[in-house]
Amino acid sequence: MGEVGVAVRGLHKRYGPTAALDGMGFSVGPGRVTGFVGPNGAGKSTTMRVVLGLDTADEGTALIGGLPYRSLRRPMTHIGALLDAAALQPSRRARNHLLWMARSQGIGARRVDEVIDRVGLATVAGRRAGGFSLGMRQRLGIAAALLGDPGVLMMDEPFNGMDPEGIIWLRGLLRALAGEGRAVLISSHLMSELQDTATHVVVVGRGRVVADTSVAELLAAASAGGRVTLRAAQPERAATVLGAAGGTAVPAGPGTLSVSGLSAEDIVAHLTRQGVPFSEVAAHRATLEDAYLRLTRDATEFTGADAVGGTRTSGGTETGERA
Amino acid sequence: MNDFLLTVRAEWTKLRTVRGWVLALVVALVVPVVIGLTSVNGSRSGGCPGAEVCGPPTGPGGEAVTDAFTFVHRSLGPHGSLTARITGLTGQRPRIPGSGGGGAPVPQAWAKAGVMVKEDTEQGAAYAAVMVTGGHGVRMQSDFTHDTAAPKAGTSSTAASSAGAHSDAASAAAPPTAAAPRWLRLTRAGSTLTGATSPDGTHWTTIGTATLPGLPATAQAGLFTTSPEHTEVDRHALGESATSGPTRATATFDRVTLSGAATANSTESGGLWRTTVIGADPVTAAFSASSQRSTPAGESFTVSGSGDIAPAVGGRAFGARSVEDGLVGTFAGLLVLVVVGSSFVTAEYRRGLIRGTLAAQPRRGRLLAAKALVVAAAAFAVGLVAAALSLKLTASRLHAKGVYVLPAATGAEVRVVVGTALLLALAAVLALGAGILLRRGAGAVTAVAAAVVLPYILAISGALPVAGADWVLRVTPAAAFAVQQTTVRYSQVAGVYAPSDGYFPLAPWAGMAVLCGWTVLVVGAAYAVLRRRDA
Repeated sequence: MGEVGVAVRGLHKRYGPTAALDGMGFSVGPGRVTGFVGPNGAGKSTTMRVVLGLDTADEGTALIGGLPYRSLRRPMTHIGALLDAAALQPSRRARNHLLWMARSQGIGARRVDEVIDRVGLATVAGRRAGGFSLGMRQRLGIAAALLGDPGVLMMDEPFNGMDPEGIIWLRGLLRALAGEGRAVLISSHLMSELQDTATHVVVVGRGRVVADTSVAELLAAASAGGRVTLRAAQPERAATVLGAAGGTAVPAGPGTLSVSGLSAEDIVAHLTRQGVPFSEVAAHRATLEDAYLRLTRDATEFTGADAVGGTRTSGGTETGERA
Repeated sequence: MNDFLLTVRAEWTKLRTVRGWVLALVVALVVPVVIGLTSVNGSRSGGCPGAEVCGPPTGPGGEAVTDAFTFVHRSLGPHGSLTARITGLTGQRPRIPGSGGGGAPVPQAWAKAGVMVKEDTEQGAAYAAVMVTGGHGVRMQSDFTHDTAAPKAGTSSTAASSAGAHSDAASAAAPPTAAAPRWLRLTRAGSTLTGATSPDGTHWTTIGTATLPGLPATAQAGLFTTSPEHTEVDRHALGESATSGPTRATATFDRVTLSGAATANSTESGGLWRTTVIGADPVTAAFSASSQRSTPAGESFTVSGSGDIAPAVGGRAFGARSVEDGLVGTFAGLLVLVVVGSSFVTAEYRRGLIRGTLAAQPRRGRLLAAKALVVAAAAFAVGLVAAALSLKLTASRLHAKGVYVLPAATGAEVRVVVGTALLLALAAVLALGAGILLRRGAGAVTAVAAAVVLPYILAISGALPVAGADWVLRVTPAAAFAVQQTTVRYSQVAGVYAPSDGYFPLAPWAGMAVLCGWTVLVVGAAYAVLRRRDA
């Protein structure tokens, strides 16, 4: 996959005594949205700056389509990036902000109007960018990233400052971009923002990758140890039946049991077969947020990615090895 | 398109799409012109009657000249020569209040006496002359700007034989005396004049030749004496001031022989010598005199004169202005362009936009070059228009007011305008480099203003003593203002060549080279930093 998307390998970078990147490594494949998640200070933005050749890593490589950013010609036609929506000159009109970027890549003015349309800024394109809200600036930044029609898109916290309508729009846009076969990397410190968008996540903490997995597997793993709440008229009998089936049921209040080790479907099947009446079976579906919180908590309690080693999947063939 | 050109185009788009920068460029164009025009508003005409513009005479080369001397002359045909022996050159200067002058009969160093062939007796007419001077030895000069010293061998042969080798240099430069007279000869062959000198009238040394194109068949040949103003420079705490006064020189000539006189009857030559005080004004006229007597060995004369035969220097002294006076507002335009140049990059650092810029062009050297090219081109264009307008508008304003403007060659005017534009372009690039190094607009502007504008203003305002001003205009980037100088410094003309009079210590392009050096240094450092630094 080295020729398509982004490949980050073993990045190390120190700022004085602090290691901002400590063996960061992952890949961003085409045709899907990859979430880049981690708490503030985990190294997401630093990684993105290194990918764009803005910061130099002490060690390691970051390649776009197999090439370092600084060797790309017309780089914005290879990778479109939104790092900081506030990075614009306030007195310059929005359209002109895109126009100079287009000029720098040999892109025509017509394309500028196309991307302005696509991000929904057509009516305000002639206004000074300094008067834009954060949400509008995000849209302008996204337009800049789209300008070169690149195969890779990389955005740092693009949901920040967006209203609910904007968030829904952006999720749709990101899915559509991935659907066009592009590699899309979206960073966020809120996993929930990526719930319906990302199909793959790279979870980072303390400058390295904690988990690199598909969202489905991450949820399954998080749910695997989940508990089911059972309401039954005869809780002792139910507990005996479920214990014999391999589960563990502990009282959780009058007429209520908390069951672990069995899925809700298994519980229903066993109780029905033994004729034990019950009134409610409620499975706690793990959210992406739950999974993420567990992972990042683990990452602070245990060092390295070993705590979630079992969840690593095909997305990152080499990831985490340095950790 | 080449990616460097794309980046240049992008940077140009950036510059033209920020209204503040566009306005600043307009201001940088208009303000210097306004300042230039305002500065000449106070000028008055040099006291010429009526509305007529008057000023110093101009020489054959078009330059303003001083042409004032006592001339004892005859008509000379197309071929002939004039020989004379000078047996003394003495000086006299009037008492200047507060100075001890007046007494000793020592001539001014550039007091001149000798033989001359001149087109006619009009001021500024073409001439060639061989002369002794008060302190610069024997020389041949022609058409005001040409000056050749006599070869050492020719002047020192008697000194070596009579006074010994140790006094060689001193006697070579010293004026002649009765004990050590000096022979001078000027030979005309058509329009070519050859000067020669001899210690004894027998052994002649050629000094040089001068070609005076268009010298009429009948020219004036004769003896002349003149002596320039004496200047006392008074140093005080806040600078220097100069006091000047006229002086007089008196030369004695004998053994005067003229061959090839235009009049047929040369035996009556004695009666044909006429005395003309060229460029007479009340002061020099009072100082001029001539007397003549005939001896068997030839004619003998005593000629006194005051004035100078030289290109005009220190034009402001006689109420004239030089063309570059209209450019006094350059520094204001420069300041504005320095602000544009530095903020062209510091504005990006301030907002983090530099990351977007470097993402668009990750080759940082090319980015720096593109930015430099764009600010330099903008500043150059603005400077070119502003300088050309300033020059033309102030010149016509001065003309309308009857103020004389010292003529400058077209080439010099072009050099001043192009040089001013280049000065502004380099200063803007210097500011860009400082902006990259400091990443702060205020700091960069302050640094460049302190390096370029401050020394210039201190030097030309006369706030610094001449030596200090000269030093500052040699080593700081302000040296480049020398490119605006059209007045010429002549080593053969005594004068106060101070920056406050428009005389820079370095030649125009040498001054520009100093600014170039600084710009290369700062931009080089900026490149090194930009390349290594995380954006």
